[in-house]
Amino acid sequence: MSTAGQEKVKVRLATTSLAGCFGCHMSFLDIDERLFELAEIAEFDRSPLTDIKHCGPCDIALIEGGVCNTDNVHVVRELRANAKILVAVGACAINGGLPALRNKLDVNAILTQVYRDPKTGEPCVPNSPELPLPLDMVYPVNEIVRVDYSLPGCPPSGDAIWKFLTDLILGRMPRLDYSLLNYD
Amino acid sequence: MAETTFTIDEMPIPFTPGQTILEAAKAAGIYIPHLCYHPELKAHGGCKMCTVLVNGRPQTACTQKAAAGQEVDVDTPELNAMRRTLVQMLFIEGNHFCPGCEKSGACQLQALGYEYEMLTPHFVELYPERKVDASHPDVLIEFNRCVLCELCVRASRDIDHKEVFGIAGRGRDAHLVVNSPTGKLGDSALAVTDRAVQVCPVGAIIVKRVGFAAAPIGERIYDKSPISAEVDVNESSEAR
Ligand code: SF4
Ligand code: SF4
Ligand code: FES
Repeated sequence: MSTAGQEKVKVRLATTSLAGCFGCHMSFLDIDERLFELAEIAEFDRSPLTDIKHCGPCDIALIEGGVCNTDNVHVVRELRANAKILVAVGACAINGGLPALRNKLDVNAILTQVYRDPKTGEPCVPNSPELPLPLDMVYPVNEIVRVDYSLPGCPPSGDAIWKFLTDLILGRMPRLDYSLLNYD
Repeated sequence: MAETTFTIDEMPIPFTPGQTILEAAKAAGIYIPHLCYHPELKAHGGCKMCTVLVNGRPQTACTQKAAAGQEVDVDTPELNAMRRTLVQMLFIEGNHFCPGCEKSGACQLQALGYEYEMLTPHFVELYPERKVDASHPDVLIEFNRCVLCELCVRASRDIDHKEVFGIAGRGRDAHLVVNSPTGKLGDSALAVTDRAVQVCPVGAIIVKRVGFAAAPIGERIYDKSPISAEVDVNESSEAR
């Protein structure tokens, strides 16, 4: 387990935002100066914070947002394959959240309703190969891959994220006090 | 003494004949979770949240009468795990998106989720398709959040004497219906002042034009203390 010199092996974290609003990541940054403390013991793999495009083996993956398109499916599978512990963070990752309000509507009907040619008024759904295809519904992460832990909140507070993460890193069963456990 | 006490988790609890286990527990300051029980209404025994073990057998505490010498288990890891599972099933059976719900922070279903440390609804979401009924000038029904507790049914029948609500269908097809020529709330006899409007434990029956103004985040009833602290009926959300 030891690396060259005296350097300690750091916990490797991956994070991603799927069909979410980035609020959970913003909340993560709300741990404020504890980020320095975290940087002492952890380093980031794939994450919007590093811009690493594909993740390698890591200890903990935090997933924000539900799974709404084909790209999201690839991302959660990649994280599941590489992470020892996968955490669904926030309402959208846990039950689809507000994006899942579209689940009762037909995808084709939504797309043809929303994307119209301004001149002719005819439907013109974007069809670039760059764009991932939308799924029929927005799925909670645990309906696509196995999830080890869920951290609820919309978003979970910085304090809740810190408590959960430090519990995990220290090998404790993560537990939230009453004031840190919220679904909104 | 043996004639007038039973035990809850090995503590002696006094009762008066005719009292249910839930009522006797409340009077003694002991919390037994419940969702479809309301002190003003006849017990219904539907949600099973109040399930306890009476001499080792599961019973609903809101309907089971207290009897001398009964040994009742309430706060055990097994029962609490079962209660968490019940809450999880209620969540996935409806569409419970708490961040966008006016009742959030004052909702008994959500508070039970907190009480039993539900971190995820766990089961596969059903995402049922249910339409909102906003036809009434002052009240709307968000069927997506109805847990079929029948409190509004009982309150409308027994307190308001109007019979505005009923449950139709069975099993997973059971659903709340409105008694009016069109089936719409706007064509029913419901008034915003009806007790039926106030007893809904979740965000299914909503008074219009209140929105999130009831209390800011941090000041809502279950922000401040857990539902298990509500043993005094006069201070509980039920009395509002
Ligand atoms: S009714 Fe309760 S549990 Fe359902 S969405 Fe509203 S706050 Fe959440
Ligand atoms: S509308 Fe409210 S009070 Fe009526 S059955 Fe549904 S959850 Fe219960
Ligand atoms: S409170 Fe007893 S069954 Fe619902």
